Amino acid sequence: MIKKLSKLVKDFTLSELRTGLKITAKELVNKKITVQFPEERTPISPRFRGLHALRRYPNGEERCIACKLCEAVCPANAITIESEMRDDGTRRTTVYDIDLFKCIFCGFCEEACPVDAIVETQIFDYAFESRQGSIMTKERLLEVGSQNEQAISQARLVDAKYK
Amino acid sequence: MELWQAFVQIVYTLIPWLDGTVASILIILIKAIALVMPLMLVVAYFTYAERKVIGYMQLRIGPNRVGPKGWLQPIADALKLMTKEIIFPTKANIYLFLLAPVLAIAPAIAVWAVIPFDEGIYVTNLDISLLYVLAIGSIGVYGIILAGWASNSKYPLLGALRSASLLVSYEIVIGFALVTVVMIAGSVNLNTIVQAQQGGIIHWYFIPLFPMMIIFFISALVETNRAPFDVVEGESEIVGGTHVEYSGMTFAVFFLAEYANMILMAVLAVVMFFGGWHSPFEAIPYLESAFAWVPGIMWLLAKTTFFMFLYLWVRATFPRFRYDQIMHLSWKVFLPITIIWIFVVALMTQLKLGPWF
Repeated sequence: MIKKLSKLVKDFTLSELRTGLKITAKELVNKKITVQFPEERTPISPRFRGLHALRRYPNGEERCIACKLCEAVCPANAITIESEMRDDGTRRTTVYDIDLFKCIFCGFCEEACPVDAIVETQIFDYAFESRQGSIMTKERLLEVGSQNEQAISQARLVDAKYK
Repeated sequence: MELWQAFVQIVYTLIPWLDGTVASILIILIKAIALVMPLMLVVAYFTYAERKVIGYMQLRIGPNRVGPKGWLQPIADALKLMTKEIIFPTKANIYLFLLAPVLAIAPAIAVWAVIPFDEGIYVTNLDISLLYVLAIGSIGVYGIILAGWASNSKYPLLGALRSASLLVSYEIVIGFALVTVVMIAGSVNLNTIVQAQQGGIIHWYFIPLFPMMIIFFISALVETNRAPFDVVEGESEIVGGTHVEYSGMTFAVFFLAEYANMILMAVLAVVMFFGGWHSPFEAIPYLESAFAWVPGIMWLLAKTTFFMFLYLWVRATFPRFRYDQIMHLSWKVFLPITIIWIFVVALMTQLKLGPWF
């Protein structure tokens, strides 16, 4: 009886509704934690697997020796490599294509690479405006590598002691 | 008002060939434009306020990209809707399909004609303005029902059915809740109702009619299809209800109608229960003279803004009601309470309790 009465009083004084309204009113003035993306960024792990890049040695020589281990390990068959002998007798790639539509960003290519040539950078906000844009050619990969060499080597350095 | 008379005089002297009829039509037109243009602007920025307030209550920031702090967001939204294609479903009845948004927005704007903004500031002073509000207001439901019917599609039809039964139920509740106000004020003229609440905050009707005020506000949420009673749209249940087949400007018109109705209900709540244009500091010795310079319309707008905020607050807080629970609330809870309160008010009027009678 008393239980019923107290429920009746609670219902008619809208006590539960007022509790809810109080919570939202409190959140209204609370500090907002939204990260304003293009201006602010959340920290990214050094192991982050983003857009691919091909690296060069400090003397400007490209690292890739066309061993095709990455092509072999790639579970999505996203990598296409063709190679030939260069004038100085070394084996180099003529074609190194990564199809970003096929790529699943597993990072196996990076793990397979014996010379740390193909790497995945921390870049994740990229876009392309044509269908051909999804194919990262050798030139574009080298371009990404040379532009972000500092960030790439820094991330490798931080992670080196855990490898 | 003196300013208005001077303006009318200027119009007459500038255009001497104007005879009575043309001049009065012109004046009505000017009044209508002076009412509708700010209203549309307020509606636009109400949508912005809604997104901001709800965002803040959900610990987000809300729109902040278009213009400084996102202030141009509603204009961008309007432009987008205006330039979008209007799609007509193949099997829709095109005439009804286009009539529906008109039927939705015309009453939503027409009702504003009788709202008193300040002592003597209104478009027209009807003696039966409350009846007019209820009568014209309930035409708006035809817009929604027609939209559901003319779309010839299942979700809009379901939405229309829901809306029809909801509005029929809650129109009665709103009617009864307002009857109590009429009983105290002794008039159905909104001007007279506001004038009757003169003399300080204790003369406002929300004190003797507190339960009616709550019921009116909740019923207003239902009438305007707002959360937590937005079963007519019910995104998660029936896609978008009556709006499913509408796109571009036709959808925008429904949107405008909904928000114009919301603001109207907020103004009505202020006029009926919170003393309209009267200052809350009336009859308080020092504060009254300190705030004497504030025009009455400012008080009305301030109180209305609070009620508009309440709409957003409620939307950010409560989950959607189940359909049968809304019906239960109307017929088994609100209606008995309003009827009981009518008797209570009748008793209070007879015994001349308090300062209200």
